[in-house]
Amino acid sequence: MSSVAREWREIPGRYNLEGSKCGCCGKVYFPKRDFCPKCRRDSIGKVEKHKIDRNGEIFSFSVVHESPACNDFLKPYAVVFVKTKDDVLIAGQLVDADLDKIEIGMPVRAVLRKLDADGASGVIHYGFKFVPDV
Amino acid sequence: MRDVAIIGVGVTKFGELWDKSFRSLGLEAGIKAIEDAKLSGEEIDGVFIGNLSAGRFIDQQHIDALIADYSGMASHHIPATRVEAGGASGGVAFRQAVMAVASGLHNTVLVGGAEKMTDLDDASINHIMDSTADAEWEAGMGLTLASLYAIIARRLIHEGTATREEIASVAVNSHFHGELNPGAQFRKAVPIETVLRSGPVASPLGMFDCAPITDGAAAVVLCPLDEAKKYTDKYVKVSATAQASDTLALFQRPDITTFGATAAAAQKAYSLAGITAKDINVAEVHDDFSVAGILALQDLGLYKKGEAGKAFLNGDTRVGSGKVAVNTSGGLKARGYPIGAAGVAQIVEIAEQLRGTADKRQVKDAKYGLAQSVGGTGSAVTVSILEAV
Amino acid sequence: MDVGIVSYGAYIPRFRIKPEEIGRIWGVDGKSMGKGLMINQKSVPGCDEDVVTIATEAARNMMARVPDVDPKDIGAVYVGSESHPYAVKPTASIVAEAIEATPDMTAVDMEFACKAGTAGMQACMGLVGAGMAKYGVAIGADTSQGAPGDALEYSASAGGAAYLIGSKNVIAKINKTLSFTTDTPDFWRREGQPYPLHGGRFTGEPAYFKHITSAAKKLLAEVGSKPQDYKYAVFHQPNGKFPTRVAGMLGFTPEQIETGLLTPNIGNTYSGSVPLGLAAVLDKAQAGDRIFVTSYGSGAGSDAFDITVTDAITGYKRENAPTVDKIIANPVYLDYGLYAKHKGKIIMSE
Repeated sequence: MSSVAREWREIPGRYNLEGSKCGCCGKVYFPKRDFCPKCRRDSIGKVEKHKIDRNGEIFSFSVVHESPACNDFLKPYAVVFVKTKDDVLIAGQLVDADLDKIEIGMPVRAVLRKLDADGASGVIHYGFKFVPDV
Repeated sequence: MRDVAIIGVGVTKFGELWDKSFRSLGLEAGIKAIEDAKLSGEEIDGVFIGNLSAGRFIDQQHIDALIADYSGMASHHIPATRVEAGGASGGVAFRQAVMAVASGLHNTVLVGGAEKMTDLDDASINHIMDSTADAEWEAGMGLTLASLYAIIARRLIHEGTATREEIASVAVNSHFHGELNPGAQFRKAVPIETVLRSGPVASPLGMFDCAPITDGAAAVVLCPLDEAKKYTDKYVKVSATAQASDTLALFQRPDITTFGATAAAAQKAYSLAGITAKDINVAEVHDDFSVAGILALQDLGLYKKGEAGKAFLNGDTRVGSGKVAVNTSGGLKARGYPIGAAGVAQIVEIAEQLRGTADKRQVKDAKYGLAQSVGGTGSAVTVSILEAV
Repeated sequence: MDVGIVSYGAYIPRFRIKPEEIGRIWGVDGKSMGKGLMINQKSVPGCDEDVVTIATEAARNMMARVPDVDPKDIGAVYVGSESHPYAVKPTASIVAEAIEATPDMTAVDMEFACKAGTAGMQACMGLVGAGMAKYGVAIGADTSQGAPGDALEYSASAGGAAYLIGSKNVIAKINKTLSFTTDTPDFWRREGQPYPLHGGRFTGEPAYFKHITSAAKKLLAEVGSKPQDYKYAVFHQPNGKFPTRVAGMLGFTPEQIETGLLTPNIGNTYSGSVPLGLAAVLDKAQAGDRIFVTSYGSGAGSDAFDITVTDAITGYKRENAPTVDKIIANPVYLDYGLYAKHKGKIIMSE
């Protein structure tokens, strides 16, 4: 069984795309960072929570046929890099889509889905995945 | 800082070595390198070993001690250090060893790389490979390492930098050379159709775009350049070894169609060696996925953006073409990819090329050779340049 | 104080299976089975959907329509379902976190077969009416189980709807609600069992019909209204046949129940059934429309509601989230093999 705490502490990012925004340069990061790699020391204590836009478009994608065992029940499944409306690139799965009709530029939006579970008796991990925005 | 030489090289057979354990593989490569250097073994005063994940592949942590013990170094209390940097573990181990000798802290150093992968089932192996990307925000979201490279490939195709055929021809090139290498896991040339029609792994990449699961080990012996002649005539000079980093997650980069760490390490390496990309005669690049070969040639400055794919497709990358020969060992794809060993095995191949012992795959009059080792999706890259003496 | 619905949101998974496809596996004439039940197709969750994800998407659709409501003002989240993914560990706390209502609030999972969603609405009304909470969220959602080959397999589906209950900017005032409850074991699922059992025809007269008509008649009497006073009526819809019949028994017309009758297209979403039917009505309702609602949960009980749509509906941002019609459009049909995969009926290696 993997660590319950490790997944739990990522909930704000996993459920609600909570990232960070640098109070110095304004750059937005996802996942969250405590420190802006651009502003370095100047950013200490000035990085704020910042929610990423749930809507965006597909920047690139792949359909996974060989998956980790925990995702075997999903395969084949699509994975995408999404450029959100606030211009942040994030990675995730694309679900509820026709695998033959995925295209770069397709509008998508983030929803909550089951990511995986620690077997039949362990904790279920939820997080964002993308769906076509029709 | 002193100049450093490679005075001995050794590599095991690469493949599914069911009857070989991690310790026997590590030892075999080390002994071969020490014998090749014509050392007794007593001269070694330091050991570095590249290894991705013995802790998960064979449930053995602390393999620095294991290697020191089984190679007889522990009886002399010689320090051993294990290095991990994802797929670049071997490349970084080599660089650590070079720095140790160059600095004068060590004199004669054995640097090895080893991975015993086949004791584990495929799904678990892939899971370990995936964790060389961002385990929380890439692997944890369902993205496999193969799919991340597939996402790069899709962008290259979309932007017109490479075609699917050009990407596939990276694997064709590796298999062409693998046929010539007796130590390779796959000793069979394949036509491009085989790559294009191979079973899907992560579209657009198929089985033949991906390096295999491999057991194996490689080792080289280093000493100060001015002492090399004491042991052997067959030595090569380490002209440069450079390393660069990038974000752990691919999606956090401003451009995913180039590995900035490769470009940075290459620039540093060329400058240290006092040469340019044009001087390179032979290169071993990290083709864990076919598309990585295209990125490598472009980011190393060996080809312009959009030209690397054509070079692979046209066969310009093959030994005997007169251009820089790429992955004459068979690369990670055909020679095999025992992860921690891969970066060191690249150094072995380049050393063999520069001292003229590469047999059927020998590049004529090779003067400068380059090895590029990559961790994750370009999060850690080493570029080393060797020179014939 | 006028307590009622401030916002609502629906969610139904994209996938469908038809009764003839299910019948094909068990040697049953699925088409006539579907005809008898008045079910043309039923919704099926995606491989990675469960009550948590369905309830969350419904709740997010609900919140999208009231951008001025601060989720921190939500004092309670109640999720009614008979298919909570955990036996112990609330669905409601996950949903609350996902709509950012945590932490100064209460949350609990509810279960009363198919009526736990409406029970949550009543509980929220109590909290808001008593001044204990500014807003309460009540969600009815299920990924219903039906044993393979059982009659329930043709109807048990997936979906849910969420309601924001409050006293300010109420778009639909709940004039009155009451319940009727007895110990009637017509349908049950024991702890640890994957599929429910039911009493066959016993689920009809002494269960569904008795409880719905009792609650509905009592409400009409107490309010002093007649079926003709309502523009719409929504009854629990385990299939298409029962609500049609119970409407007739009570004096409601087919036109009154048509808008809120979703079962023919999506099957029985159990705890989501009445909440979704009401959502489909609210998608179309105008100020002044009166709505009669009666849920039913086996075991057994009915909650009845008398609702009036207010003028606030005109300024309400219905367009910020998809209507039930839009959610239902563009389905993907599954064969039984894919259906089994989606429902987790295929045993995978560990």
